[in-house]
Amino acid sequence: MSLLNSSIRDLHTKITSKEIKPSELVSASLERIAATDEKVKAFLLVTGEEALERAKQLDDVPADAGLLYGIPGALKDNLNVKGQPTTCASKILTGYVSAYDATAVSKLNETGAISVGKTNMDEFAMGSSGENSAFFPTRNPWDPDRVPGGSSSGSAATVAAGQVLFSLGSDTGGSIRQPAAYCGVVGLKPTYGLVSRFGLIAYASSLDQIGPFTQTVEDNAIVLQAIAGHDRYDSTSANVDIPNYLNALTGDIKGLRIGLPQEYFGEGLDAGVREQINKAIRVLESLGATVGEVSLPHSEYAVATYYLIAPAEASSNLARFDGVRYGLRVEGESLIDMYKNTRAEGFGEEVKRRIMLGTYALSSGYYDDYYLRAQKVRTLIRQDFDNAFEQYDVILSPTAPTTAFKFGGKTEDPITMYLNDIYTIPVNLAGIPAISVPCGFADGLPVGLQFIGKAFDESTLLRVAHAFEQANGVFARASL
Amino acid sequence: MTTTTSKYETIIGLEVHVEMNTNSKIFCGCSTEFGAPPNSNVCPICLGHPGVLPVLNREALNLAMKAALALNCSITRDSKFDRKNYFYPDSPDAYQISQFDKPIGANGFIEIEVNGETKRIRINRVHLEEDAGKSSHATDGSATLVDLNRAGVPLIEIVSEADIRTPEEAKAYLEKLKAIMQYCEISDCKMEEGSLRCDANISLRPWGQEQFGTKRELKNMNSFSNVQKALEYEQSEQERLLESGEEIVQATMRWNDDTKKTVVMRSKEDAHDYRYFPEPDLVQLDIDEVWINDIRATIPELPAERKNRYISEFGLPSYDADVLTASKRVADFFEEAVASGAEAKQVSNWIMGDFLAYLNQHNLEIPEAKVKPAQLAAMIKMITDGKISSKIAKDVFKDMLESGNDPDKIVEEKGLVQISDEGEIAKVVEEVIVANPKSVEDFRAGKEKAIGALVGQVMKATKGKANPGLVNKLILERLQ
Repeated sequence: MSLLNSSIRDLHTKITSKEIKPSELVSASLERIAATDEKVKAFLLVTGEEALERAKQLDDVPADAGLLYGIPGALKDNLNVKGQPTTCASKILTGYVSAYDATAVSKLNETGAISVGKTNMDEFAMGSSGENSAFFPTRNPWDPDRVPGGSSSGSAATVAAGQVLFSLGSDTGGSIRQPAAYCGVVGLKPTYGLVSRFGLIAYASSLDQIGPFTQTVEDNAIVLQAIAGHDRYDSTSANVDIPNYLNALTGDIKGLRIGLPQEYFGEGLDAGVREQINKAIRVLESLGATVGEVSLPHSEYAVATYYLIAPAEASSNLARFDGVRYGLRVEGESLIDMYKNTRAEGFGEEVKRRIMLGTYALSSGYYDDYYLRAQKVRTLIRQDFDNAFEQYDVILSPTAPTTAFKFGGKTEDPITMYLNDIYTIPVNLAGIPAISVPCGFADGLPVGLQFIGKAFDESTLLRVAHAFEQANGVFARASL
Repeated sequence: MTTTTSKYETIIGLEVHVEMNTNSKIFCGCSTEFGAPPNSNVCPICLGHPGVLPVLNREALNLAMKAALALNCSITRDSKFDRKNYFYPDSPDAYQISQFDKPIGANGFIEIEVNGETKRIRINRVHLEEDAGKSSHATDGSATLVDLNRAGVPLIEIVSEADIRTPEEAKAYLEKLKAIMQYCEISDCKMEEGSLRCDANISLRPWGQEQFGTKRELKNMNSFSNVQKALEYEQSEQERLLESGEEIVQATMRWNDDTKKTVVMRSKEDAHDYRYFPEPDLVQLDIDEVWINDIRATIPELPAERKNRYISEFGLPSYDADVLTASKRVADFFEEAVASGAEAKQVSNWIMGDFLAYLNQHNLEIPEAKVKPAQLAAMIKMITDGKISSKIAKDVFKDMLESGNDPDKIVEEKGLVQISDEGEIAKVVEEVIVANPKSVEDFRAGKEKAIGALVGQVMKATKGKANPGLVNKLILERLQ
C-alpha cells in the first residue's frame, strides 16, 4: 500500500534510480488487488501474469524512461486490448476476444505503462452507479454499502482503493467525472476529439471521450499527455498541437476568472455538497482568482437532449451485436428469432431501454421532433458556454448534486438516476473539457468539484485544479 | 413497342449501383479484389468489430466526384454521410454508411439516342456508400454462409428521374451510363460480377394524366437485356391489371429469369424504416472549387464528344461512330488502328464486323484479344495494296484472331498472296470459258449476271487468290 500511495513522479524517480523495479511495483499492485478487490470488485479481469511478464521485460530501465514507464494502471472494459476479452460488462460479448488494440491503449503501451486488468462498468457505459454491470456491482471504497458512481465504476474505485496509479475510463454524460467525485479521485473528460476513440466500444459516438482517473491532478496530466493526440484511425480526432500539460501546473491562478453558473446551484443540490463547493470557492478566491455569476440558460434542457441523442446513436452502435459474427448467440427457428433471442438474453434492462428510446427517436415521422430538435438544442447549449467563456476562463460547479448513494437507492426510477448527471451532461453536449477534483467530505463521503474549460484548453483546467489541490491538500486514498 | 398504341404512358426510373475500382475499401485498408477466397479481404473494421471507426478513402471520394461530374451533376460542397440502419447478416455493422440528404452529386443528366433521336434523362442524385457482403446458402441447406470480402467496397448509387418512357430507353440509358463509367475508369461495370446492379421503378398512367400511377420496383435483373425484358413484362402486366379494373399495389417485385416473369418480393407494409441519421464517426466534407476543378480535369473525352469527333474527323456514319464509341476499349482500338495508317471506314467495318463478332462469340474482352490494332491496320493495308483480296482477308483475319500472328506472315506461310499477273489469270479464264459454255451462252444472250458464275469458277480454281478486279476485266475482254 505504501508504495502505491505515492505520486507517479515519485515512483518514476524510484524506478529510474533503480530503487524499485517495475516488476516490484506491478507485484505490489497485484497484491493490493488480491487483498482488497474481494471488497471493492473493481476488476472484471486481472491480467496478472501478462502484467508481470511485461514488467519483467521492462525491469532493465533505459535512461530516457518516461514518467509512465513501469507504472501499473487499469483499463475500463470497453477498451480493446488485443488478445484479451472485452465485455463492456455485458453478456452479449461473452467469448469475444479483441482483435486489436485501442489507440489509447497502444499509446499507453508505448510509454511503458503496464495494464493489470480490465475494470467493471455499467453495461455499455449506460448508467450512473455501476449497478448495470451484467456481472456484479463495484463497491465504493469509502463505504461498501454505497455505489462508486458510473459508468466507469471500476476505474474510479480501483484508483480510490490504491490498487493502481491510474486508470482509463470513458465519459459520455459524466461517466468519468461523477464516479471520480463519488470515489474521491481526480477524473478528466477531455475535449471531444482530443483522445482518439478508435478501439473504444461506442455508446454514443458524438459524446464519448476517453479520459484518465488518478489520485492527483499532476498524475492526471501525465496520463493525459500520453493518450492525447490526432489519430488517423479516428476521423473525429482533432489535428491540434498538444501542449505540455505539466508546464501548466504552476500553482498560480491569480486573476483567473471563474464563472459560477446559477442554474447549477439551484434546487436538488444537496446542502452538504453545496457547503463543500462554497468552501472550495473561498479557497480559490484566496489564491487570487476572481469569481462571478454566469448563466447557462439552456442547461435545464440538457438531460432531455442527452436522452434523445445518446440513445439514438446507441441504438445504431449496438445493432452490430446480433449474434452473427462474435459474442453471444442464442439460436432460434429463423434468423429473426436468433436476433431476438440473442439480444433479449444478451442485453440488460437499461441497455434495452436506451435502444428502444433511440430507435423511437430516429423513427420515420419522429426524427424531426426528437433527434433533429435535440441537435438544435445541443447547439444552443454549446452557445451558452461560448457566451460564458467570453467573460470567464473556467466555469465551476459541483460535479454531482449529491454524494454517493446506497445500492438500489435510485434503480426504481430511471429519471432520478438520470438526474445525477445534470451538471456533467451539458459538457459532453458542448464537446468541451471538464475535470472533477475532490474538495471535501459531506457526511463522510467525498464531494467532487467540477471545472469546465474551453475546447482544447485542458491546460487551464489542470492549472486551476492543481492550484486548488495544492491549497486544499491532496486527497487521501480510501482506507480499506 | 406497345406503348404507342397503348392507352397508357409508361414511366420508368432507374437506380443503378456501380462498384468503383479503388484498390482499397471505402472505410478501411482492405483490398477490393474480386474473386478472393471468402472472408480473406477483411479486417476488424470491415468485419464490424466493436470499437472500430471508419476513415473515408480519399480515392473513393475522388472517383465518386468524377462520376458525378461526368454525369453533369453539381457537387455538394458540404456533402456528408449518414447511417442507414437495418439488420442483415451481410451487413456487419447492422447499418450501411451511405448518404441521405447531401449526396456528393445532384441534378445531372445523360443523353441517350433511341430511334435516331436524342433524349435527355435527368439524374436526381449520385451518392457514395459502402457495399454489403454476400450471403449464400450451403448446398446441403444447413446454413447461410456470409462472405464479407465485398463489405466496404465503395459504391455509387445513381438515381435517375422518372424520365424514361420505354424499356428500350431504359436499356439505352444503362448502356450510356456504363460507357461513361468505363471511359472515366470508375468501374468495369460487369453486371455478372455485380459491379453494376440495377433496380427499376415502373408505373403506368393514362396519356395526358399528370399524376403518376402506383409504381412497382423491380429487382434481380442480371443483364441489360433482362432489365428491358423485365420492364416489358411488367409494363404489359400493369396494363392488364389497369384494363381489368384491378388496383396496382405498391410492391417490390423480383424478376425470375427462368419463368421470365416478375413476382412479388415484399409489399409496402414490409418496407424498412431505415432510421437514417448523420454518421457521427465521420466529419462533414468541405469541398472547394480547386478540388472540383482538379477532378474535372481528370475526366477524359466522353462517348458523346468522341462520337461527334469520329463523324467530323473520320467521316464515319453516325451509326458506326455510335457503335465504336459505346465502349472506350473498342474506341481506343479503333483509333490506334487508324493511327497505324489504315483507312477509318475500313477499320470501322472490320471492327464492327468480324472482330466484335469473334469477341462476342468467345466471350472475350478487348485486352484479351490476340489481334492488336497495328496488325489490323497492316492487314487492311495489304488489301488496299492489292496483296490480298477482301475475301482472302476474312480468312487471314480469322487466323490472326486465333493465333495472334502478323498478317504478312500468315499470307506468306499459307501462300495466300493475291495473283495479279494478267497472263496467269488469263490462262485460267480461258480454261473456265471452255469448260462452261452454258454460262458463256447466257451472257451473250444478255444475261449479264452470268458473268458472276464465271468469275466464281476462276476464283475457285485459284483458291480465291486471283485479283477479282482483274478476273472480271479479263473475262469481259475475252467475251466481247
